[in-house]
Amino acid sequence: MRHIISLLMENEAGALSRVAGLFSARGYNIESLAVAPTEDPTLSRMTIVTSGSDAVIEQINKQLNKLIDVTAVMDLSEGEHLERELMLVKVRADTAQREELKRITDSFQGRVIDVSDRTFTIELSDTCARLDDFLRAIGRNLILETVRTGASGIGRGERILKL
Amino acid sequence: MELTGAEIAVRCLQKEGVEYIFGYPGGAVLHIYDALFQQDVVKHILVRHEQAAIHAADGYARSSEKVGVALVTSGPGITNAVTGIATAYMDSIPLVVISGQVPSFAIGEDAFQEVDAVGITRPCVKHNYLIKDVRDIAPTIKKAFYLAKSGRPGPVLVDIPKDISNQKADFAYPDSVSIRSYNPVGKGDSTQIKRAVQLLLEAKRPMIYSGGGVVLSDASSQLTDLVRLLGFPCTTTLMGLGAYPATDKQFVGMPGMHGTYEACMAMQYCDVLLAVGARFDDRVVGNVEHFAQVQRKIIHIDIDPSSIAKRVKVDVPVVGDLKLVLEQLLEELRNSKQKTDASDMAAWWKQVDEWREKGGGLRYKNSTEIIKPQFVIEKLYEVTGGDAFITSDVGQHQMWAAQYYKFSKPRRWINSGGLGTMGFGLPAAMGAQLINPGETVACVTGEGSIQMNIQELSTCKQFHLPIKVLSLNNRYLGMVRQWQEFFHGNRYSESYMDALPDFVKLAQSYGHIGIRIDKPADVEPALKEAFARKNDLVFMDFQTDPTENVFPMVPGGKGLSEVILSEDL
Repeated sequence: MRHIISLLMENEAGALSRVAGLFSARGYNIESLAVAPTEDPTLSRMTIVTSGSDAVIEQINKQLNKLIDVTAVMDLSEGEHLERELMLVKVRADTAQREELKRITDSFQGRVIDVSDRTFTIELSDTCARLDDFLRAIGRNLILETVRTGASGIGRGERILKL
Repeated sequence: MELTGAEIAVRCLQKEGVEYIFGYPGGAVLHIYDALFQQDVVKHILVRHEQAAIHAADGYARSSEKVGVALVTSGPGITNAVTGIATAYMDSIPLVVISGQVPSFAIGEDAFQEVDAVGITRPCVKHNYLIKDVRDIAPTIKKAFYLAKSGRPGPVLVDIPKDISNQKADFAYPDSVSIRSYNPVGKGDSTQIKRAVQLLLEAKRPMIYSGGGVVLSDASSQLTDLVRLLGFPCTTTLMGLGAYPATDKQFVGMPGMHGTYEACMAMQYCDVLLAVGARFDDRVVGNVEHFAQVQRKIIHIDIDPSSIAKRVKVDVPVVGDLKLVLEQLLEELRNSKQKTDASDMAAWWKQVDEWREKGGGLRYKNSTEIIKPQFVIEKLYEVTGGDAFITSDVGQHQMWAAQYYKFSKPRRWINSGGLGTMGFGLPAAMGAQLINPGETVACVTGEGSIQMNIQELSTCKQFHLPIKVLSLNNRYLGMVRQWQEFFHGNRYSESYMDALPDFVKLAQSYGHIGIRIDKPADVEPALKEAFARKNDLVFMDFQTDPTENVFPMVPGGKGLSEVILSEDL
């Protein structure tokens, strides 16, 4: 099952490789991993999308907690949460396709952020599944480049991951 | 007053009460060696290979309650040390390893003797640090000792670039340390303790399974009290030997791949299993699916939550320091009005005793013609009064030492259980001898393992370490040969040790005494003679039966009740 795990860790050199190394050493999946410093510059917040049996997810949580640099871990999928991923897509946009591309982009609440003679670059922020839907709607033939950040997640309401 | 980074590092070791460090100099640690030279509080033991430095620090830690400390240079210094660090990590041994690094301005330029020490050791340390500012040296070393010793212990590496060890800063060693992201546990949850006690008292076929955690937590007396209070059978894993006296009637031997029949069967068929500081290792429970076929409730006490429910389902997890949790359990039991059912206990003990009889305990067919390795260990036990520090290497001799030397005190049995590192025994014995001067220290090894760190005979000479080396020389990598006999159609691929040296002359060339023992009748006299030489290292080369196999045996992938007792069964 897919799980989205959020963690806070010391914003120190090597902290990211400790997490990445843990996943590869123990054979856990990483679908995506997004990380950046928080409002407190000494802390980084990471969102990991992974999958595995309940037993594997339990081990992932425990092993993450065991890392000395990790200060807090929360499996967001255990409760109500929000997730968003940012995607930039460059598509082939010849005159004939422009109208249709704009229409699809609008219907997904995306924005065209760069236009050239033959391309559009579209920005879209949504759940991972919606981003997949958008790519399907555009079609592989027109897509020139895709850049995705991986999901960032946060608990709903009073569900807060703090030190 | 301002000190150099190197002087600060050495002052930190003094403040930590470090008496010995094990190391090997090189370019990147020259400043630190210079600082060591100018003081005489911390004594340096010059090993002959960095792997041995770590094993020696490890043996020092295992045979005491202290943190072992090692010092190595950059590049090949630290890569040689990695096997030792991984060995300590697998067995949760508290070490602080200081490594030199190329100057900080040269890092990343493929400088001479540069290797990414923090990167290369990351998967096999509890934590590691690369120092970037001379002012960080003291607080980082303070943290390193704290991390190594607290919680689930383990090795911590501090990598110090050469230029930083020569920069100056004010020295102040912190009195205390706190790491916001690290809060080791103490007592166990009282609700869980109550649930555990309830299960234990209602059990009909209870079993206590204890491991290396009991030794690390110095909880041997609490474990012994608990086992006696409850009256249950008790087994200890390879790592836990000595935590409960092996001569006691309630002790059923070691479980697992080369455990006793009764320990394997009792583990398999108990209805309540109390796991204390043990981690259901593959060498202990064998096939986990087979193990799970029998219904039993499992109570698991461990300091590391990630050890719980890793390989088997657990009904009552208790996270905490074993010593404190066992005290809580004892108190709860003593206050409980409920008692175990006497007739259930009698029936269970009858069953365990039947297994004991059927298994016949540990046995082998002795010979008057050829030396049986088990016989050597039995005689070693007798000659040393069962009270020596015994280190071992890895293989058949390790299993025979574990089986036939009836350890009755914790920290007396020192072996590489998790990583299974050949070459561990001799340097570990050096560490054990240094911290236990005047005590008897013996290294049980084989002609294969001893050659992996034989150069340490030189260190032993320099530092007057009167270790007794018992090499069970069967001319084979015995455990490999055994598996090839059982599972690979007697095709002994590369397990015969050809071109062996004359170990007697080899020992003599290092300035020690060497004895070759060929006949069973000479075993005891040789041991007596060797152990009477209190001030000498004696290397005993026992010519043992090359065909002898280790039994009982749970073959790889099999379940505990599928244990094979011996060749003739």
